[in-house]
Amino acid sequence: MNGNGIIRADVAIAGGGLIGPALALSLARAGFEVAVIDRLAEPVRADPDFDGRAYAVALASAQLLGVLGLWRGLEPLAQPIRDIMVSEGAAGSRPGAMLHFDPRETEAGRVGWILEDRFLRRALLEAMDAEPLIRQIAPAEVEGAAFDGPRARLSLADGRSVEAGLAVAADGRRSALGAAAGIRRQVFGYDQTGLVNAIEHDLPHDGVAYQSFFPGGPFAVLPLPGNRSSLVWSERTAEARRLHALPDDLFTEEIAARIGPRLGGIRLAGRRWAYPLDLTLAERYAAPRLALAGDAAHGVHPIAGQGMNMGLRDVAALAEVVVEAARRGEDIGALDVLERYQRWRRFDATAMALGMDALNRLFSNANPVLRGVRDLGLALVGRIGPARRGFMREAAGLAGDLPRMLRGQPL
Amino acid sequence: MAQGASVDSAEVAKFEAIADEWWDPNGKFRPLHMLNPCRLGYAVDQIAAQHGRDPAARRPFEGLSILDIGCGGGLLAEPMARLGARVTGVDPAERNIPVARIHAARMELDIDYRVSTAEALVEAGESFDAVLNMEVVEHVPDPQAYLDACSALVKPGGIMICSTINRNPKSYMMAIVGAEQVMRWLPRGTHDWRKFITPDELFDMIGKSGLTPVDRKGFQFNPLTWSWRVSERDLSVNYVTAAVRPAVA
Repeated sequence: MNGNGIIRADVAIAGGGLIGPALALSLARAGFEVAVIDRLAEPVRADPDFDGRAYAVALASAQLLGVLGLWRGLEPLAQPIRDIMVSEGAAGSRPGAMLHFDPRETEAGRVGWILEDRFLRRALLEAMDAEPLIRQIAPAEVEGAAFDGPRARLSLADGRSVEAGLAVAADGRRSALGAAAGIRRQVFGYDQTGLVNAIEHDLPHDGVAYQSFFPGGPFAVLPLPGNRSSLVWSERTAEARRLHALPDDLFTEEIAARIGPRLGGIRLAGRRWAYPLDLTLAERYAAPRLALAGDAAHGVHPIAGQGMNMGLRDVAALAEVVVEAARRGEDIGALDVLERYQRWRRFDATAMALGMDALNRLFSNANPVLRGVRDLGLALVGRIGPARRGFMREAAGLAGDLPRMLRGQPL
Repeated sequence: MAQGASVDSAEVAKFEAIADEWWDPNGKFRPLHMLNPCRLGYAVDQIAAQHGRDPAARRPFEGLSILDIGCGGGLLAEPMARLGARVTGVDPAERNIPVARIHAARMELDIDYRVSTAEALVEAGESFDAVLNMEVVEHVPDPQAYLDACSALVKPGGIMICSTINRNPKSYMMAIVGAEQVMRWLPRGTHDWRKFITPDELFDMIGKSGLTPVDRKGFQFNPLTWSWRVSERDLSVNYVTAAVRPAVA
C-alpha cells in the first residue's frame, strides 16, 4: 500500500466466502497478486462450530480442491456418496416411483461427497493465510467502483481503495459490485423457503443420499460422516415459516414423518437455517475490468446441491482464461478476454439453473397430470442407462468442456 | 495523457477516436482481435523457447528487445511490453503511430513507437532479440528485399516470427471472397491474392535472407466456436513461421 491508501494487486476479488478464496488461491498459485475484500472479519467467517450446513462436493470440485492442495486434508472429513435414491413422497404415505443412481456406473466410480461447510471454509481461509501472494482486506466494505483506464478502482468505506487490472464480483446473489457496474439481474421468485439443518440418527445411512419430492418441495437427506445427516428441504414460504417457528421437539417430529423409520430415532444437531429461495441470473458475467462468479453470476435453487459446484466451475474457467491471457501478455481486464470466460460458462450455468428450476416446478406440484408425467419420466430415466449415466455425469460435474483444474490439472 | 503545446487538440481527439476503434474487439479491427490470442500464443512460445525463458513466469521477456513491424494500433506491441520486453513498434502509416502512443500511455506501458520501416532501421544499424513480422509480407511490392531487411534486424541468437496467407484456391475463397466480399471483415482490396505466398516459397525466401527457418504452423478458423487455433497440419490459408539467426560461436 502506498501513502495514499491505495492497495495495488493484479486481481481484486470482492467476497471472501468460498468462491472468492477458491479463485484467489487458483490465481495466486499461478503467480498472481490477489486482494480479497470481505465485509466480515476472517475469524467470523471461520466459525469452527458445526452449524448444520453442508455441501455436496462433486468429483470435479474435489479435483479442483486437489489442485489447490486442500482435498488431501478435506477428504477424511467428507462422507462419500455411495448411492443416490430419488423418489417422490407425501408425508405419511408410501414412497412413490423410485429412481436409483449407482455411482459405480460413472467411469470415475463416484459422484461426490458431502462435506460440512465449516471444514471447507476453514481450509480455504487457512490456505489464504498461508499464501504470501494473497492480501486479505477485511472487514471492509466496497463503496464505489470505477472500471475505466488501465485498472479497476474499488473504493472502500474506510477511505482506502484497491486498484487491479481485473475486479471479480464473488459477493453473492445480490452482488453489490455487479450492481455498481450496472449489471442487471433477472430474479425468479418461488414462494418457497429452504430449510437447512443436520440430524443425528440411531441407524447408519450407508452413504446413501436420499432426495424425495414432496408437494411442498424437495427434501434431501445427505449423509455426513458417522450417524449424522444434513437435511436440505424446501416448503412453500408460509409452511416453512410455521416449521421454522416450531420448537425443536415438534420440528424433529416433522422431519421424522418425512424420513420414515429408515434411520431409527433422530435428534437435531447444530443450528436451524431458513433461506428464502429464488433464482437470480446476471444478464452478463463479463464487463470491462469486471467478471462475475458464483452466486453473483447465478444464484440457483439448492435442489441438487449444485450452487457451490457451479461456483467452482466458474473459478476453474475464469482462472484458466485469465492465466492463459496473461501468459500471452494480454490485458486480463479487457472485455474480449473476459468474454471468453462468459462464453465458456454462461450457457452451462443457465442450462443448469433452468433445469433445476424446471425440476423443482415439476416436482413441487400435486397436479395429477404432472405427477403422471414425472412418474413416467423417473421410470424412463431409471430404465435407460445412458440417460441415467448422463444425469450422473452432470451431477459429478464431468459433463461439458471441462476447465483444466476440474480435471485435476494445474494451470 | 501527456501532450505537448505543439499538438493540435483536434488532432489528438481524432487520434483518440481512432485508438478506441483499433482497440474495440467488436469494431473495425475485429478480425485482428479474433486472431490475436492465437498469433500471440505462437509468438510467445517461440520467443520463450529460443531465448530459454519460462512462459509461465509473470514477465518472461525481461531484458529482451522486440521489434513489431507494421505495429498498427499496438495489438502485438502492448502484450510484448506487458511480458517485460523493451518494445519498438514501427509503422509506415503516419496516423497509426500517435494512435498507438495514445493507447500505450492509457495502459501505462512504455513502448518506443516510430513512423519508420524495416529498411530504415537497417540503415540506422539497429537489431533486436526478436522481430515480429505479422501479416505484412503479403502487402509489400518486393517480398525478398523486404525479408532481407527484416532478417538483418535479427541479432545473432535471435528469432523472427513471420505470418502471412497461403496462395491456393481455398485461400482465395477464404481471404478474398469470404473475408472481404461476404463477411466484410476486411475492406475490399485489402489483399491481392496474387501476392499471397506459399509456405515453401516463404521458407525459401527467409533462407535466402540469411535466417534458418525452424517451424511452421497453420492458423485455423473454427466457425463453430468462432475462434482461431494453431494447427500442426493445416497451413492452407493463414500460417506462421519461425526462423532464427544462429548465435555466433
